[in-house]
Amino acid sequence: MKYFTTFVALLLVYLLLAGFTVDEVILGSIVSAILTVLLTKYLNFKIDLKFPLRLLKFILIYIPVFIWKLILANFDVARRVLSPKIPVNPGIVKVKTNLKSDLGKLTLANSITLTPGTLSIDVLDEYIYVHTIDVKGSDGLEKEKNISGPFEKILEGVFE
Amino acid sequence: MTIAGYVFMIIGGLFFLLGGLGVLRMPDTFNRIQAGTKATTLGAFSVLIGVGLVNFEWSWIAKIIIIIVFIVISNPIGSSTIAKATYYSKYKPDNLVQDDLEKRGDE
Repeated sequence: MKYFTTFVALLLVYLLLAGFTVDEVILGSIVSAILTVLLTKYLNFKIDLKFPLRLLKFILIYIPVFIWKLILANFDVARRVLSPKIPVNPGIVKVKTNLKSDLGKLTLANSITLTPGTLSIDVLDEYIYVHTIDVKGSDGLEKEKNISGPFEKILEGVFE
Repeated sequence: MTIAGYVFMIIGGLFFLLGGLGVLRMPDTFNRIQAGTKATTLGAFSVLIGVGLVNFEWSWIAKIIIIIVFIVISNPIGSSTIAKATYYSKYKPDNLVQDDLEKRGDE
């Protein structure tokens, strides 16, 4: 099952990039088969019956929120860059995450990097260390709410 | 459609410009990485969507979707890795008001 999923994913990427012709399908199958054999032992994922539901949640809930945050982030950068005296109050903040899987943590860290004013530096166990352009809030909980709040809940629904 | 595509490309170019300006103007490395990452991600999005609208065909759109997915995955990972390398090579800007990573493993 794992081999099959890897193969289909690789072939799909190949065909979308190369175009659907008979030649490409044959060559793509050969390349994907070789890569599947080479790569599968490094991969660690599970595909179960809930996968389509998770994918749907990911596309319908996560992606719109993510794009909206990305646009906000860019206007934030624009505002800071264009103001004559750059307003920064930076700090490295520890954020606790409840996500267990590596993929979930990766997605959360990536989302944090692309949201306004934050950049994940490192993930150690269940904490993500985040560089924040503007440290807001006095205690830890308030900061977590500011940084990872919107994504944590959505990703819990997708990955857990 | 073509005009909309070019508008998207121009917007994307503006975001790239802002990103470059951010890299120049921000006071320390971490803030520079931040400005660079966000602006280039949305800039690349916008330019690619513009290209997709100008060449509104299935084969182009499929490629563009794949490219966008790879950019969204790789861009933040790249900048996180640079930031991590920066931090662990003992670089420390003076303007940090808080540093939780310094006391990691204390509790």
